[in-house]
Amino acid sequence: MSESNEMTLIASKGTLDWAYPPLILASTGIAMGKEVSVFCTFYGLNLLLKDLSHLRISPQGNPDMPMKMPFGPKWFQGINFGPKIPNIMWNIPGLELFATAMMKKTMKNNGIATIEELREICIEMGVKFIACEMTIGMFGFAREDFIEGIEFAGAATYLDVAHTSNQDLFI
Amino acid sequence: MPHKTLDMCGYNCPMPILKTKQALAKMDIKETIKVICTDKGSKKDFVAFCNQLGHTLISQEDEGDKFIFYIEKN
Repeated sequence: MSESNEMTLIASKGTLDWAYPPLILASTGIAMGKEVSVFCTFYGLNLLLKDLSHLRISPQGNPDMPMKMPFGPKWFQGINFGPKIPNIMWNIPGLELFATAMMKKTMKNNGIATIEELREICIEMGVKFIACEMTIGMFGFAREDFIEGIEFAGAATYLDVAHTSNQDLFI
Repeated sequence: MPHKTLDMCGYNCPMPILKTKQALAKMDIKETIKVICTDKGSKKDFVAFCNQLGHTLISQEDEGDKFIFYIEKN
């Protein structure tokens, strides 16, 4: 075991499903007494936007996603529709929103916190979020689009933080 | 008797750990907390949590599908 008690994460993805791992690890890391920094870059910037309601899952190009209905009789809930639905179906407008709604319902049924709740706990417990200035400019975001209390910086800042940390994950 | 009881039944990972951490922060050293949860991962997670932070996991028992932990703050 090294003496460093720091952990850094790079959050690079912005779909609803991929928003979970960095926030779960960041909050748990800080709960376990670590100093945690999360560098949000590219689509990971979505995690820091004031409004998170647009986050979606994309079954398109994701054939491994188990798809079970969160309602109905038990036998029906047991069917995994994932491998049964041809991927091209997900091109149909509206189906992605349907899949997202089903995923949110499944998460709620399983007592999984929402992204909003997890992020709030992260901030409350002192996770340091760094928003990548370069991608903010590239995507045309304004600083006002983001929540309060985060830092705006670039790759060098991340590397400086990661220099003393011994747990660094790219997500 | 625990000084505090935290019921996290129905909540999944990582909420039981996060709420326990927040509850412990408001307690004094040597006080104990009883945590009840249904998250199957919690049985190993609370061992790791206590191990990392130096709290004492006094006991862990199962009651049906519920897992009960007694943790002493250090």
